[in-house]
Amino acid sequence: MDGDRRTLLRSLAAAALVVGVSMLGAIPIARGFVQRLRPPGALGEKDFLAACIKCGQCVQVCPVEAIVLADAEDGFGLGAPYVDARAQACDFSCDAVQCILACPSGALSHTLNAKEQVRMGFARLDRPDLCLARLGQGFKGVARSVGLHRYAKVDRWNPIPIADHPYDLPLCDLCVRECPIEGAIRLDPLGDDPLDARRTPVVTDRCVGCGMCEMICPTEPAAIVIDLPKEAKA
Amino acid sequence: MSGLRGMLGWAPHRPTPDEMSPEARDLLEHKRSPAERDRRKAAIKAEKQAPPAHRPVWRNRRWLSIALVNLMFVASFQFDIQLVEGALTASRFVGFHMADLNSALQVMLAYKTVVINLVIGTTTVLLMWLLLGGRSFCSWVCPYHLVAELAEMLHLKLGMRDHPMHRGMRTALWLVFSALAVVTGYTVFETISPVGILSRALIYGGGVALVWVGALLLFEIFYTRRFWCRYACPIGLTYGLVGTVSPIKVAYDAEACLHEGECRQVCLVPHVLHMTRMGHNAEVKMDIGADCTRCGLCIDACPTGALKFRIKGLEARS
Repeated sequence: MDGDRRTLLRSLAAAALVVGVSMLGAIPIARGFVQRLRPPGALGEKDFLAACIKCGQCVQVCPVEAIVLADAEDGFGLGAPYVDARAQACDFSCDAVQCILACPSGALSHTLNAKEQVRMGFARLDRPDLCLARLGQGFKGVARSVGLHRYAKVDRWNPIPIADHPYDLPLCDLCVRECPIEGAIRLDPLGDDPLDARRTPVVTDRCVGCGMCEMICPTEPAAIVIDLPKEAKA
Repeated sequence: MSGLRGMLGWAPHRPTPDEMSPEARDLLEHKRSPAERDRRKAAIKAEKQAPPAHRPVWRNRRWLSIALVNLMFVASFQFDIQLVEGALTASRFVGFHMADLNSALQVMLAYKTVVINLVIGTTTVLLMWLLLGGRSFCSWVCPYHLVAELAEMLHLKLGMRDHPMHRGMRTALWLVFSALAVVTGYTVFETISPVGILSRALIYGGGVALVWVGALLLFEIFYTRRFWCRYACPIGLTYGLVGTVSPIKVAYDAEACLHEGECRQVCLVPHVLHMTRMGHNAEVKMDIGADCTRCGLCIDACPTGALKFRIKGLEARS
């Protein structure tokens, strides 16, 4: 009987430990430690984490490997996909939204079928003081040492390293030039003086938050970043 | 039904003489006769003096299976072969949806919406393991099972004392994790599932989450033999339920059995082999219960061939 009792107590302790460790996953969620840019078509953050089966099929179909799976620091989000835009943005090289088509559990919603309908986040000029266009400066050389991008004029089908595609621009307009969504971002004159070369990026409501501008921005840190949709922060 | 009770955590039941078939009763009486006792003793003695060559045939086949299945996942992504895309939690096998039953259950309970692709994937996998034996997923596919077997070898080699747990714990954890998915709206179990963590680590690269898998293995080496697979894993119970009606079984024949207990020594779930004790078999020929992972270790271990694989309905039985 004594042995049975000990076994039972041991089992209760072990079960409590297993459940306890699993519930540690609630901490990063409750504290909002991790704010992730989710792949195109993602449901609201709460539903997204519930519906995602953590299989990585979206990772496998992305031609620029923009999607990565979260590690233990994401708690309940372990194994769920996100985009680290600065390292590798989604530039819609796949022409459609392959990740959405790949998702087996509806975490990336099939109600979208064009890149213009995506709402991953929203671009914002975070460091206007660094923006080369606002300083009236051009850009010459390699924009970023990391990242892939599909340059339609170089290769219609295959993305190439940004490092293999140097620029020579009289005024830096990389964020506008490489934006995959038409009319999502433009450069407006900074003042009334027509001789003033300075321009400022203006993000319109067509922005889908893909992060291409954040990835291509040659300043360090990036002058333009992606904010998450408001519901993701709740 | 007694197999199902045993799987949920009840202790195996020794049949009373009334519950035994007349043939089983006759056999038991025969085995208890002095002449038969002497014959058995002599047979065991002869066996100990010249032990039969022990070849882990089924274990090697199984390890090959685990390696191949998981390599298929890895190669599909790394070399873009597109054979099985995804991970063990969900995948596409040459385009067909497959979803792990337990992962799909967690998602459905947490999301509270049933997505058609997931239903297709779950049904495919359900039918597959209905045919293939339910918990055979554990011993023939699961990557954690393989590393846990290695940890078990170490546990035995080091002569560590085992600290057994109550087998009802797995049923409790299955219920708790199902409830947690409903209540929190998160797939809580996936956060600690060593199966998902290992499968993703193999395919996409490892991370900090592997520390948990390592901790489980250390616990199994130094404290409780096969802790996770034996007492904890809700995935095992989910597939075990599927296995109750599967035609692939390990079959026991009491006539050939010398009741040495070699099978129970190597078994992950020895409670399913309780009928191999003398006088515990209600029938002369019995199928091993649903919790059996169809791993074949007992078949390799049995010196007299009293345990064999069988496919129900595919062979004539007397």
